[in-house]
Amino acid sequence: MADILRERERQVYRKGQQTAFQLDCEKQSVAGSVSQRACVFCGSRVVLYPIADALHIVHGPIGCASYTWDIRGALSSGPELHRLSFSTDMQEMDVVRGGEKKLYAALCELIDEHQPKAAFVYATCIVGVIGDDVGAVCKRVSSEKGIPVLPVHSEGFKGTKKDGYRAACDALLQLVGTGPIEDISPLSINILGDFNLAGETWIIRDYYARMGVQVVSCITGDGRIDDIRRAHGAALNVVQCSGSMTHLAKSLKDKYGIPFIRVSYFGLEDMSKSLYDVARHLKDQEVMKRTQAIVREELNRVMPMLAEYRRALSGKRAAIYVGGAFKAFSLVSALRLLGMKTVMVGSQTGNQQDYEQLRELCDEGTIIADDSNPLELSTFLEEKEVDVFIGGVKERPIAYKLGIGFCDHNHERKEALAGFEGMVNFAKEVYGSVMSPVWQLTPRKRAGTLEVVR
Amino acid sequence: MSSPVRITKNAPKPNWVSTRNPCKACAPLGAALVMRGIEGAIPFLHGSQGCATYMRRYLISHFREPMDIASSGFSEASTIFGGGANLHQGLGNVTSQYHPSLIGIATTCLTETIGEDVHGMLHDYREKNTGTENPVLVHASTPSYSGTHIDGFHTAVRSVVEQLADGASPSAHSGSFVNLFPGMVSTEDLRFLKEVAADFGLPITLFPDYSETLDGPSMLKYEKIPGGGTPIAALRATPSAAASIEFGRTLRTKNTAASFLQEKFKVPATRIGLPIGVHESDAFFAVMERLAGKPIPAKYREERGRLVDSYVDGHKYLFGKRAIVFGDEDLVVGLASFLAEIGVVPVLCASGGKSGALTRSIAEVTSLASHCGNQIMVREGTDFMTIADETELNELKPDFVIGSSKGAKLARSLGVPLIRVGFPIHDRIGGQRILHLGYRGAQRLFDLVVNTLLELKQDSSPINYSYL
Repeated sequence: MADILRERERQVYRKGQQTAFQLDCEKQSVAGSVSQRACVFCGSRVVLYPIADALHIVHGPIGCASYTWDIRGALSSGPELHRLSFSTDMQEMDVVRGGEKKLYAALCELIDEHQPKAAFVYATCIVGVIGDDVGAVCKRVSSEKGIPVLPVHSEGFKGTKKDGYRAACDALLQLVGTGPIEDISPLSINILGDFNLAGETWIIRDYYARMGVQVVSCITGDGRIDDIRRAHGAALNVVQCSGSMTHLAKSLKDKYGIPFIRVSYFGLEDMSKSLYDVARHLKDQEVMKRTQAIVREELNRVMPMLAEYRRALSGKRAAIYVGGAFKAFSLVSALRLLGMKTVMVGSQTGNQQDYEQLRELCDEGTIIADDSNPLELSTFLEEKEVDVFIGGVKERPIAYKLGIGFCDHNHERKEALAGFEGMVNFAKEVYGSVMSPVWQLTPRKRAGTLEVVR
Repeated sequence: MSSPVRITKNAPKPNWVSTRNPCKACAPLGAALVMRGIEGAIPFLHGSQGCATYMRRYLISHFREPMDIASSGFSEASTIFGGGANLHQGLGNVTSQYHPSLIGIATTCLTETIGEDVHGMLHDYREKNTGTENPVLVHASTPSYSGTHIDGFHTAVRSVVEQLADGASPSAHSGSFVNLFPGMVSTEDLRFLKEVAADFGLPITLFPDYSETLDGPSMLKYEKIPGGGTPIAALRATPSAAASIEFGRTLRTKNTAASFLQEKFKVPATRIGLPIGVHESDAFFAVMERLAGKPIPAKYREERGRLVDSYVDGHKYLFGKRAIVFGDEDLVVGLASFLAEIGVVPVLCASGGKSGALTRSIAEVTSLASHCGNQIMVREGTDFMTIADETELNELKPDFVIGSSKGAKLARSLGVPLIRVGFPIHDRIGGQRILHLGYRGAQRLFDLVVNTLLELKQDSSPINYSYL
């Protein structure tokens, strides 16, 4: 059994072993627990990062900018301003005297140089402490340069990653409603919560185009400021990564009356359901017919390919630890489609409702964990004899050290895993890791073999 | 002799206020790495949760190993009322989960700005926790607004030595061993240094030593704290060493571990450059010969012989080639020395660090390189976009750039190859296993540099040469 900190005992659950389901979540990480979570700044930074024609400047000492330079695999079809790292790189004297002047000068020079469509200014920990009036600086630069300059209140200590998502959504809300919407079709949507990792937004956009649905804006994958300004003209908001984007969707509903639905583009079932849900919502027979055709065509194309992988992977055991719980649902289903069993699943930021849904979805004995840490995760992997672990960069070495396969499903990935073709890529990647001969040489597999020999 | 280093009049305009594509990380990262190099230790950052997680990710992507860094996980309340309670809770939780023999605490910009008295908090913690399990607690003050990851590294080395050094500690080898503070080098470099010391028969206390903790074998069971690292007892005994060696020509302005031991305990300190290339390695082996009281082992003499022989074999491919060198200051100095001795001109030596000693250090190590003319430009406290601007403005026309993987964009924009050395290497495997030091490290670097240029020549030629 895992060494679970007393403070965290109620954040880990084993299905079937306890009667009443109760999982503590949405809490500040326990000090000293080595959480896999980052901070408020991280939440804001990842959400806004893919907006490619905006200037993103981190106000604070250099670390936050260094660690998030070109961190996501979020692609752009045009400008790539988002892939540069800008910082006020505050020094000791800036901390003593305040950083407003430096921020003003930095913004002015960078806007002059790069001519962005807007600028996001991320306030990091000490900015909140020394009392820089970031909002006032932004306002001044905005009026001088004639572009939106938006403060993002993302001081790391002011909550969790989720509060960072909220701060990002608040900044986006200031943009929506400022662009023209006359030419927008009634059959139109905004794609919320897809970040165009490895070009995934393009895959999804293509499905919508084939359905005859106009995509007004992508928030934020391959994002553009002018599109976001027009987002209030769409008939429907289609929200993936619900943890980060529900706040924006709800606000747009309140302010502009735009309904929203939650979708997921991972796995065949969820992908198909997403397109059908959009078609149903738009209440257009032609769109629905085209959607049926797309789903049929895509399924016919990918099912034979998946059958091959399923034969090899059937009965293998998977563990999942991801940022948002919503992605975990799709992963459990996608793995099931490959004949695999999810024996452990957890997330950094899930809520009570998410975990309840996960519990319903999972088999008996599955471990469900909120805001886990390397020691817990490693014990879960050992105990459950996992064949492949699905997570992000920080989870990878835990699996590899133990001689266990791994699939990166986080924002650094270079493989498109969304959409119908993404499911094939996912199966291929899981297969490629699980079936590799290298495990035969690791102590873990060798220990197993020796037992058989005895 | 006139110095090949010039101070160019073509300073970039405008003088940028912002930092654009940084050529540095922040101080606590270096400190966390040092703490990971102590046996049985776990690094702990006093600040927001994000700092620990971001630095873990940055280090994991280079070393490709688990790298647990605990955090006191600041909240709004701790920022207002002080983080003592969080620090205490965190230390307790780390102790009960990891059972470390030492917790190495480093501060962050947040906790330094609000003026946390970590020393006092640790004192309180020790008073309150006199019970069963008591890891040694050490701390380093590493505000991110002061210096770079390298400054955090050296501060942590000094702080740990200062806090653990016990002048009265009995040492088995009293006076017969040497402290070696190598600075931020690769795990392969650390293994190499231990091998050299063993071959000289000279016991050393190498600190930090993350050669095993960040480059370990595949395991059956997850190790909470991987084996290896500098033993705490050895750190306590540093005052009884016969001498201290530290690498880093740019350290001259800093209070280092070696200078502390010299001042307080009269342990003679020898400061030499990072031993990269023949000249700087000669200096290192000379020091080893002096301290061990015996000549260089044949193995290394032979390595030197082969290295020089290969320099001759490859010299025509290199002469007059132009390189941009960037990265941590002492690495840049070592690489400049190496490049200059093989006939390359390090036309721009750049670092995000700002020791104030880079120009002088580069001038020292390139003083024999008459082929460099006065073409070497030195830039401290710079960033990648400024390097790109300067390259264009001064028509530097480099043949290659050499440094960490963070220079990949620069290299692509210049249309030249990037030779990956140092830290971090996030886009290739094996960054931690690059050997930079000694004749053997120089041999690998030399082969890499020559072959990169040969490959370029072959690939860009319409004739598919079979012999080059």
